Amino acid sequence: MIKIENLYKSYGDLEVIKGITKNIDKGEVVAVIGPSGSGKSTFLRCINMMEDITSGKVVVQGKDLTDPKVNINKVRQNVGMVFQHFNLFPHKTVLENLMLAPMKVKKMKKAEVMEKSKNLLKKVGLEDKADVYPDSLSGGQKQRIAIARALAMEPDVLLFDEPTSALDPEMVREVLDVMRDLAKSGMTMIVVTHEMGFAKSVANRVFFIDYGVILEDASPKKLFETPTHERTKEFLDKVLNH
Amino acid sequence: MAYLETLKGIFIDGDRYMYILKGLLFSINVTILAAIIGIVLGVVLALCRLSRFYPFKNKFNPLSQGALIYVDLIRGTPAVVQLMVLANVIFVGSLRDVPILVVAGLAFGLNSAAYVAEIIRAGIEGLDKGQSEAARALGMNYITTMKEVIVPQAVRKILPTLVSEFISLLKETSIVGFIGGVDLLRSANIITSQTYRGVEPLLAVGIIYLILTSLFTKFMRKIEEKVKN
Repeated sequence: MIKIENLYKSYGDLEVIKGITKNIDKGEVVAVIGPSGSGKSTFLRCINMMEDITSGKVVVQGKDLTDPKVNINKVRQNVGMVFQHFNLFPHKTVLENLMLAPMKVKKMKKAEVMEKSKNLLKKVGLEDKADVYPDSLSGGQKQRIAIARALAMEPDVLLFDEPTSALDPEMVREVLDVMRDLAKSGMTMIVVTHEMGFAKSVANRVFFIDYGVILEDASPKKLFETPTHERTKEFLDKVLNH
Repeated sequence: MAYLETLKGIFIDGDRYMYILKGLLFSINVTILAAIIGIVLGVVLALCRLSRFYPFKNKFNPLSQGALIYVDLIRGTPAVVQLMVLANVIFVGSLRDVPILVVAGLAFGLNSAAYVAEIIRAGIEGLDKGQSEAARALGMNYITTMKEVIVPQAVRKILPTLVSEFISLLKETSIVGFIGGVDLLRSANIITSQTYRGVEPLLAVGIIYLILTSLFTKFMRKIEEKVKN
């Protein structure tokens, strides 16, 4: 479903991603872990071209994003993204946040979108917040709305960029629960995260990124219990035993 | 009571209040004309400043550079100089018969556009980058993102500053006397020259400016409240 070939990304002289080649299949839940500054987020943002790709290829559902003839907006309709800071539209109500893209991008009928959006709100447990503005929500609620907003476009892949890093600890769980349900439903997900518990229990594949390369790609059991790389061991030691 | 007689002597006798009314009309017209030019050109300049497109992405962008030079030029020189240059260097020869109202409106409009452009640019750039990222990630193109997400939020931020800009504009038009325009301030001078009273005409136009700006401010506050929700 997603093919990444020899991906390189630099900001000026700074090389952030140094040659990543990976395939991700439909239904896989990939957790991307690694030290800060290792290039995890940049890697994720290359998959929907939120960052320009310096060289290499990213092919999503057969469409090469680096091909200028490919309409990136069309691809993005199928690749949802959830951000660390939610990025809800503050001038729109919760329901309008969900409805905006399906109506303006997919040109779907209002009544149909409204019904779908309300169902999605129910799914994330926030149907009573449909008519409030994002300002009045807690961080956990905002992130659940952001997930619902991404789902409103009915994407085939969801990218999560540290979805729980900006949350108060007691709100992490409600967001992870929603993500866990999504994973169970068969959604293809790539999740950059610091939540090792989530990586362990939900992901079926874990990437360990350091200095712009994927050092390790294994099942969570294998990666957490018998890491092969020295760097992985060091990292896990730091985050798990503190 | 005697002072009321004096005031009558200054403003009513010889229908001198007509100077003020005509000056008021002139000032308002210049301001409106300038504001329209300022907004239209300002939006265009701001879009040029913000533009980033193939093949100028990340590299030298002539649109953005051009707009930047314009803004620096206008903001770096006094409005009086711009006004006089326009009137005495450009609108000469066959263009000599262009009405002063138009010349003045154009001069102040060109001037205001530079400030408006910077206000709009700052308003748009000041928005959280995550807003446009979220919109683009949902598959919206540049225009839809601007229309649905960026502009509605930017307008709220920009409006108060824009109001200040147009209040300054109204007051700044009082320099049109330099090119022979008879505005509010100039009309006060005319009355002074006829009556030898310097203070009252000045105070009168000062009060009129104050009334105009407070009416405008009140009106804009209403609009601000409306767009807030």
